[in-house]
Amino acid sequence: MIGLSHYLIVSAIIFSIGLVGVLRRRNLLMLFFATEVMLNAVNIAFAAISHYYNDLTGQMFAFFIIAIAASEVAVGLGILIVLYKKHGSLDLDDLATMRG
Amino acid sequence: MYETVAFYLFSVLTIGLFLITVMSKNVLYAMTSLAAGMVLISGFFFILGADFLGVVQLVAYVGAIMALYAFAMMFFDATRDIKEKNTSNALVFLLGGMSALVLVLMFSAPIYSENIAALYPMHEGVGNAQDVGIVLFTKYLIPFEVAALMLLVAMIAGIILAGKKMDESLTEDMDADDEIMTVKDEK
Repeated sequence: MIGLSHYLIVSAIIFSIGLVGVLRRRNLLMLFFATEVMLNAVNIAFAAISHYYNDLTGQMFAFFIIAIAASEVAVGLGILIVLYKKHGSLDLDDLATMRG
Repeated sequence: MYETVAFYLFSVLTIGLFLITVMSKNVLYAMTSLAAGMVLISGFFFILGADFLGVVQLVAYVGAIMALYAFAMMFFDATRDIKEKNTSNALVFLLGGMSALVLVLMFSAPIYSENIAALYPMHEGVGNAQDVGIVLFTKYLIPFEVAALMLLVAMIAGIILAGKKMDESLTEDMDADDEIMTVKDEK
């Protein structure tokens, strides 16, 4: 039978995949994708805890995480488009203009 | 039985697709596999009895967010492979794995400590969507309104950031735009 720990382990694996992506990606768009992976992993954990504790709070938090992800994408993609117009690339090494 | 099969199928497929997302050099492949993984994650939500959350995941994540990414990809050169200068891979994997492990231990410790009580227990004989509505519009009304305000602010920010100089086309020459303008003026 599938228990809470099964879901938490899957969520942890997906979260670490996203974290590895955040650490090794150099392209800003790909970094955004890795962030989405991490947010989805947390959503799985919230839904699983909500189910196994018979509590709706986890699902509520998952809804708010989806809303936050939507606004993050809207603002982030706007910034990405501005950066692309200015620099012509989305590589983090090209954008390191604030290095002292 | 079915739950077990579905759980293992969804988890293997999701992990594989997200690995493609993180490892692929092509933006198009990464985005497509991310969208497919999100569809499968909504499958997890349906198994867990969170029907409304699964539908929201399909509509908002797969429908809206991935469509937004697809539109944004049209600004960038999506077919070309991305060249990334990677420093040592083994170190990054080690650091990522270790920090993920630490985070999981931190956040899973209180779950096994037995003193979690249901704050808003699910009602008997009420569907999941109704139950979510009851709790969302009574206990979580102010966070809901704040989230709505946040989405409005994000929409305005997105329009202002991306819409600047949107009338000047990045790809076509300016003469084409002028012709359209003059045709409009004559009417």
